[in-house]
Amino acid sequence: MCDEIKDITEIQIQDMIDLEGIDEPLLLKKAKQATPARIGIGHTGARYKTTAMLRFLADQAAASDAVFTEVSQEVVEQLGVFEIKTKCNNKNEMLIRPDWGRIIEEDQQKILLEKCRMNPQVQIYFGDGLCSPSIAANIPDLFPVIKKGLEYEGVTVGTPFFVRYCRVNTARTIAPLLGAEVACVLIGERPGLITAKSMSAYIAYQPHPRIRVHGSIEYQ
Amino acid sequence: MILKTRLYGKTYAFSSVKQVLAKASELKSGDCLAGLAAESKLERIAAKVVLSELTVKDLRENPAVPYEKDSITRLIQDDLDDVAYQKVQNWSMSKLREWILASTTTGEMISNIGQGLTSEVISGVSKLMGNLDLIYAGKKMKITAYCNTTIGEEGILACRLQPNHPTDDIKGVIASTLEGLSYGAGDAVIGLNPAIDTVDSTIAVWNILADLKNKYEIPTQTCVLSHVTTQMEALRRGASADLCFQSIAGSQKACEAFGVTLPMLEEARAMFLELGTAKGPNVMYFETGQASELSSGAHYDTDQVTMECRCYGMARHYKPFLVNTVVGFMGPEYIYDSKQLTRAGLEDVFNGHLHGLPMGCDICYTNHMPTDQNDAETLAILLANAGCHYIMGLPQGDDVMLMYQSTGYHDCAALREITGKRPIKEFEQWLNRWGFWENGHMGKHAGDPTILLK
Repeated sequence: MCDEIKDITEIQIQDMIDLEGIDEPLLLKKAKQATPARIGIGHTGARYKTTAMLRFLADQAAASDAVFTEVSQEVVEQLGVFEIKTKCNNKNEMLIRPDWGRIIEEDQQKILLEKCRMNPQVQIYFGDGLCSPSIAANIPDLFPVIKKGLEYEGVTVGTPFFVRYCRVNTARTIAPLLGAEVACVLIGERPGLITAKSMSAYIAYQPHPRIRVHGSIEYQ
Repeated sequence: MILKTRLYGKTYAFSSVKQVLAKASELKSGDCLAGLAAESKLERIAAKVVLSELTVKDLRENPAVPYEKDSITRLIQDDLDDVAYQKVQNWSMSKLREWILASTTTGEMISNIGQGLTSEVISGVSKLMGNLDLIYAGKKMKITAYCNTTIGEEGILACRLQPNHPTDDIKGVIASTLEGLSYGAGDAVIGLNPAIDTVDSTIAVWNILADLKNKYEIPTQTCVLSHVTTQMEALRRGASADLCFQSIAGSQKACEAFGVTLPMLEEARAMFLELGTAKGPNVMYFETGQASELSSGAHYDTDQVTMECRCYGMARHYKPFLVNTVVGFMGPEYIYDSKQLTRAGLEDVFNGHLHGLPMGCDICYTNHMPTDQNDAETLAILLANAGCHYIMGLPQGDDVMLMYQSTGYHDCAALREITGKRPIKEFEQWLNRWGFWENGHMGKHAGDPTILLK
């Protein structure tokens, strides 16, 4: 038994290489540096080597867990914000009813009206979206910087809050309700195998109930 | 036309052929989201009973979108082989199903009649089939098409090599391409989904793929899957291009959401036949996937299998070399889990074949579905036995640009060994020459792309 505990996910995919039977190892190493794709991983028969297989399973499990786990109460408390939810009652409903993930029901709207500063120029809020870990991974670094930058420019920023089971187009309800000129939702993005913590910012100018979503700005 | 039946003493009545089709569909989350699915299992079976007694003519005369309203309905109806249709128009759907499955009915006979069936008829017959029916009937049909090589010959399982890269980096694309070739992927097409949909980028990638193809004398075809208008401009400016790609959907309105019209596809096909590097005559490559119509609100209260079929009805007009359903890309609100994914993959490949198309499948899933790689592998072995012409080959099934998982280079090699199927003949000879493949299994240099770089 070894004291040091191994973590197979610490190795960069670009450094994960299997040189068994490779004629020109240097050429393969060079090729690996050109792409994050899982090339040069060897094979046993027509199947994967065990290490490559386990690494794939770990990365896919991380991505899947990122979608299906909840943002914990502790994380919300640490952000120092309050929480509302959409019409969805759980993750599964959120996945099969994207339309419900855009609905903020009246009782939740009341909470917003009670707790939020009205008529800010910019209203920023956080949504779990399809990646719960993205909240803890990004918001503590990201939000204070954006807020500071906006306030430095003399722009008023609304009270931040967290929306559970949140889809992108919640701004259509939230912005008119709070009288915000611009709405920005920082929301967990559908994870791939490269990262299970990615987040997007969707920004809308004068959102209204019939607004539709077209593009996104990626932020990790 | 009777739209009512009884089961266990309870009457089930339906308001239209379209509703019968929707309620007879196997459970899909997308049909639930659209409010079209059967409300109970028994209601679903009642719809199947009603459907089984409708005639081919009933379904032809009730298209999902009216003829006057939709250019795709018009294309499908006007293209129909009238002689074939006359033979079967008065058959019940039950009779059509049993005829397709009968031992005395050959694949060639099915394919001939298939040209007389509209997409709604084909959708309907698939709803009367179990998963094994779809495999059993699908295996009979042999549909070939010719670009630089022939797809769909007996005993062949081909593979699209998909060397995507997050920024279309040329060295990265080449690295993934050579690796894939060393596992025997790439005989269907070497096709890249570009991260950057511009004319310059499309030309750059296309010329790199052409250089590789020419340098190593690889008997295959190349494609850059940017928007059709981008590809046309790239071709005008001298790109070395074989196949013309476009994603399509089953109504005019849904196609418009993709920025596609029928005259545009007609023009693209003519241009690729004239200026492209392919020998032809099959120079088009289409991708589809259940529920893209619903996602753009252009499904006309029609179930997703039927709308998907209409993509095939449209595709066959353009005599494509490849069509594949990207079966698990849309997300769990349309295809929820492994059970629905399996069903959709089998339906799409069968329905495409019955339309006369060389069908492949991107056997894939996203990370917000409750599925994993095992589910993709299970569907892959089913489809390899259902006459599926080709599957995708990606480095370990992980698409580092589109952020979803599909089948890996290794998977196609394994499926060939398990089923005794082989790569396309000329491509197999090429693989043999490099030691990547020998005697029906992976060769001594399989998995070593550096052999090509020496």
